[in-house]
Amino acid sequence: MVNVLVNLFSRIGAPLTRGIVKLGFACRFFIAILRHSPVSLVRFRLTMREIWFAGVLSVLIIVVSGLFVGMVLALQGYETLVRFGASSSLGVLVALSLVRELGPVVGALLFASRAGSAITAEIGLMKATEQLAAMEMMAVNPVARVVAPRFWGGVISMPLLAAMFSAMGIFGGYLIGVQLLGLDEGSFWSQMQAAVDFRLDVMNGVIKSAFFGVAVSLIAVFEGYDAPPTAEGVSGATTRTVVTSALVILALDFVLTAFMFRGV
Amino acid sequence: MTFVMSAPLVEFRNVSFAYEEEIVLRDVSLTVARGQVVAIMGGSGSGKTTLLKLIGGQIRPDSGEVLVDGENVGNLGERDLYRLRRKLGMLFQFGALFTDLSVFDNVAFPLRERTNLPESMIRDLVLMKLQAVGLRGAARLMPAELSGGMARRVALARAIALDPRVMLYDEPFTGLDPISLATTGKLIRELNDALGTASIVVTHDVAESLALVDYIYFLADGVVVAQGSPDEVRASEHPFVRQFINAEPDGPVPFHKPAAPYAADLGLEAANG
Ligand SMILES: Nc1ncnc2c1ncn2[C@@H]1O[C@H](COP(=O)(O)OP(=O)(O)O)[C@@H](O)[C@H]1O
Ligand SMILES: [Mg+2]
Repeated sequence: MVNVLVNLFSRIGAPLTRGIVKLGFACRFFIAILRHSPVSLVRFRLTMREIWFAGVLSVLIIVVSGLFVGMVLALQGYETLVRFGASSSLGVLVALSLVRELGPVVGALLFASRAGSAITAEIGLMKATEQLAAMEMMAVNPVARVVAPRFWGGVISMPLLAAMFSAMGIFGGYLIGVQLLGLDEGSFWSQMQAAVDFRLDVMNGVIKSAFFGVAVSLIAVFEGYDAPPTAEGVSGATTRTVVTSALVILALDFVLTAFMFRGV
Repeated sequence: MTFVMSAPLVEFRNVSFAYEEEIVLRDVSLTVARGQVVAIMGGSGSGKTTLLKLIGGQIRPDSGEVLVDGENVGNLGERDLYRLRRKLGMLFQFGALFTDLSVFDNVAFPLRERTNLPESMIRDLVLMKLQAVGLRGAARLMPAELSGGMARRVALARAIALDPRVMLYDEPFTGLDPISLATTGKLIRELNDALGTASIVVTHDVAESLALVDYIYFLADGVVVAQGSPDEVRASEHPFVRQFINAEPDGPVPFHKPAAPYAADLGLEAANG
């Protein structure tokens, strides 16, 4: 009986302590990245390269997804709005949903699976093939040379990608609402302009995506750096990056939204 | 070539090291002088790579001292450690070339990161180093386009880019065809004599090492079990040395990993009883 209890506790406790230890390592790693960041900002070419790989190469998937999400929003929103005779507010609905919520969140989820996983795999493979150790032996700090530029590349790319997602989504909403369903173009845009507040809506969305950018980039570089230096180790770390990022994005989104909630 | 036998460039004084519970090195002492090529021989998992990591300060000894050019590596802070590593060149087991950089940029990497030389001078230096390993013609290739032996020679050019005083080689012969193997061995010796470095070659290739090196340490289970010049090693009666250089499957290093009695494992005992 006692044995069963002890077993139960250790089975719950072991993953828990492992998780907490890992969280501790991640925090220390975050501080190390910040401490070694000057190199990636002074030699900005290093970071530019990562913005290219993480950001620019993600533009296509972000743009296409944003367009479709906006079009679906318009179709669904129209159905509901038309029942209340408020179909001219479709532009407002689409814009607010995207700017405040879907742009940052869906953009970050896509970013995590497109760029985050690639960053983890790249750093993990560099570790497995001793490239990071070789760098250390050449007296070059891999956190400064490899990790920090990728981290900042992700942090810089994320809000820009989220903005592109929202912009494409609004364009998609315009295509469906105005071009397909025949809403009045003037009221579509002017209502949107009147109802969307720059600071409360747009800026809050940007703040969200900045948080997500830090979270996803940190998870991606940490999982890569922490991966066991084997093939299974790297593939496991890549999966963990996507899963952990998704959970962290959604949890963070709830917390941030609660803080930004106005209650009107 | 004669060198003044001054203070050794690398010295281990009664060094012990353990990963968590597993003891890897026990009371290891060795010295490597300028101009010397020294081999560390031992089976897989005997702690050879660990020994090189101690020299580079990637790990610190639990007890004892590791001295590189007179400095105690275990006591250095991060800044001093990075300064010390500039005197070290290391060839990793499979080269560890940066896969996203060309051969030229790989060799230029330490020069660009650690010096302020103008790009024109870096170019000349890189081509000189590549010429030294016979691969100037491969400067524009990517690492994925190289054979194993070529990759290791490029890595060698990269390791000597900053003219190190101590060269470390981790199993430089593993997985090479006989010609590449002989080429690599010849390069190690030539570079050592030309640059006046001290070289430590971790290996289990007996024939190549005996022809190449000045002194040999045998490592088994983290202990130095035998040492000597190549001639002394060939004449040695030490059972471990004999097993190693004659490649005998059984001896002081047992063929069987310790286990429960075979019959018991197969369940025969129970059937009989
Ligand atoms: N990072 C590590 N953590 C724990 N144990 C390790 C680590 N690296 C090596 N070991 C263990 O230390 C022993 C010696 O390893 P190593 O020095 O790599 O041997 P060698 O290079 O001679 O094959 C092995 O038993 C290995 O399992
Ligand atoms: Mg090894």
